[in-house]
Amino acid sequence: MSTRGRTAPKGVPYVFLAPAITMFVLFLLVPIGYTAYLSLRGVHISGLGLGRGARKEVFVGLANYRAVLHDGELWRSALRVLVYGGVLVPSMLLLALLFALLLDVPRVRLARFSRIAIFLPYAVPAIIASLLWGFLYLPSVSPGQYLLVKAGFSPVDLLNPTSIYFSVINIAVWGGVGFNMMVMFTALRAVPQEIYESARIDGASEVQIALRIKVPMIVPALIMTAVFSTIATLQVFSEPTALRPLTNSLSTTWTPLMKVYQEAFARDDIYSAAATSIVLAAMTLVLSFGFLRLVQKRAFGQDR
Amino acid sequence: MKIHKAAKLLAVTLGVSLLAAGCSSGSTGSTTNTNEKVELTFWTWVPNIDKVVSIWNAAHPNIHVTASKQAQGDDEMTKVLTAAKAGNPPDLFQAEYQALPTMVSNDVAADIKKQTASVKSHFADGVWQQVTLGTDSVYGIPQDSGPMMLYYRADLFTKYGLTVPKTWDEFATLAATVRQKAPQSYLTTFSSNDPGWFAGLAEQAGSQWWSVSGSTWKVNVNDAATKKVADYWGNLVNTGVVDKQPMYTPEWNKALNDGTLLAWPSAVWGPGVLSGNAADTKGKWMIAPMPQWNAGDNKTGSWGGSSTAIAAKSKHIDAAVQFATWLNTDPQATSALVTQGGIYPADRNAQSGPALASPPDFFSNQTDFYPMAKQIADTAAGVTWGPNVNVTYASYKDAFAKAITSKSAFGSAIDAMQQATVDDMKKNGFTVATG
Repeated sequence: MSTRGRTAPKGVPYVFLAPAITMFVLFLLVPIGYTAYLSLRGVHISGLGLGRGARKEVFVGLANYRAVLHDGELWRSALRVLVYGGVLVPSMLLLALLFALLLDVPRVRLARFSRIAIFLPYAVPAIIASLLWGFLYLPSVSPGQYLLVKAGFSPVDLLNPTSIYFSVINIAVWGGVGFNMMVMFTALRAVPQEIYESARIDGASEVQIALRIKVPMIVPALIMTAVFSTIATLQVFSEPTALRPLTNSLSTTWTPLMKVYQEAFARDDIYSAAATSIVLAAMTLVLSFGFLRLVQKRAFGQDR
Repeated sequence: MKIHKAAKLLAVTLGVSLLAAGCSSGSTGSTTNTNEKVELTFWTWVPNIDKVVSIWNAAHPNIHVTASKQAQGDDEMTKVLTAAKAGNPPDLFQAEYQALPTMVSNDVAADIKKQTASVKSHFADGVWQQVTLGTDSVYGIPQDSGPMMLYYRADLFTKYGLTVPKTWDEFATLAATVRQKAPQSYLTTFSSNDPGWFAGLAEQAGSQWWSVSGSTWKVNVNDAATKKVADYWGNLVNTGVVDKQPMYTPEWNKALNDGTLLAWPSAVWGPGVLSGNAADTKGKWMIAPMPQWNAGDNKTGSWGGSSTAIAAKSKHIDAAVQFATWLNTDPQATSALVTQGGIYPADRNAQSGPALASPPDFFSNQTDFYPMAKQIADTAAGVTWGPNVNVTYASYKDAFAKAITSKSAFGSAIDAMQQATVDDMKKNGFTVATG
């Protein structure tokens, strides 16, 4: 029997790859390329800027980048976001890990309900979550504040310039814990049960099993959620933007992505916005890639 | 075998359905227009505008207008700009006065001076200035205006024995009195989120943020008048006699509704907002002219208001101007705009027309609402908007939010706005003069 019929023609792999490559090029590479092109351009106005032909798009070289890198507001917003992320990512992941471990305990009750209840906030879009929490933060319309005052405590200000960090972080934690918990929980489920049995025979308590066996075994999942959370945190936009009209404590450039939005759409300066987004993307790339490099062996080494 | 039969059946079904689709698509052929019917697109966000447009369409079979609500305010401006860059903007679009220079400077709004020679007399000078931008050209036809006046809770004023302030000094004293008599209430709030509101107050004081001299823009956001207004309000906020929460939040709605805020410096379109946000207070509000800086003065500023502009790339500019003129000056059209769209027309005749004979539902207690509004509208200061109002407005929000939270003088916020505006203009290559 000849095997000629079994070998596929040479081009078949490329046919399978073609849709993905086309979409990647069309929806990722081309817009990124156009953004890079725009970041090298600017506008030049002649005269009053009214009337035909008064406004021209010109090549300005690296002027936009120079302006962006010298812009104090960008670095302040980057610092804010690092502080924000520094508190958010560990607390969210620790909470998710705690929930995942609790749900993985044998004979846990209400497992399904708890899983759904913890995961449900993730299904709420960020804008709606922010508006919802906004209602809970505004003193005169908040049921929480009402109950607090009725119970005799003094009202809590959750929207002053310091507490606003925790208020925004709270929204992100509420929305993000579910997803991260599911990832960790799924990883936990994939761990073979015999390991636990042998540990129990050796006399390990549940807490010891959790800390010394389960957590080290799901380190790749932990790293993955850490990287994704960090990237998402550096790009935080919806929550502060939705809360901003409710309070004086948030500026329109509170996070770098808000600054990009302001430049592109509120200030009508798409060229600066393009330069800022390239700088922002580069910073995110460095941070996330750097982190991955650091933990590469732990993340992927076990598979080799 | 079975598989072959199923495959055949599938192929036949597919073939038949494709044929059917092919046949049916032929029936929706395009009709050729033999009598040069003109189709116009109109992007606007006035409520129920389609009802007004259908009046035109019924009377003008040769010029058919299709109105669509693409977006509102700044978002709509962005969409029109993008569509114009792509080469297919709508023929007509609603343009707020402060956004018009941006449209003109991006070559999106057409100069319709030729076709609008007889229209100018329909509008007050201050309003007309906002569509000419201080030049000889005309870039739009004014639709509505937003002259500012003071809204106050007449019932609470009676309850606490307060008199309506006629000057800003009286207003400040009144604010302190309110805090004494009703410690959980405020006379009003200062909003860091509404630059248009502040711009109107500054206009009343005589500010001129932008002016043109030759081919140079003069930028004076931090002129003496604006500083006076900023320092006045800064004093009120920092001494705690007025509130400092932003407007248009759930908390602000509740404050209007339950009497935590007793007054609201606002514009003529206030009834619509109040009926939506403070429904419980129907019939309890009244309007009075805005407090003046000098006793006996009679000036006010404007908050909002839009015009109808025509796209420079439109292929039917004359027809579009015809429609825009009808929409904003014809008695039938302006009546419909008032009753259906709830706007206050800029056209002088419409301001004393039958549609405004009785007060708005929410103000049924004040029968002279519209006559007073018309008087106030005539005193509105003219404005020249610059080419980057969006930048100034954006910097207002941040500068004042910061000033409020750090309890600093508001004058520095004005300086920050001036700096941001000038820097942005210089960066784009404008020749800018200050001072």
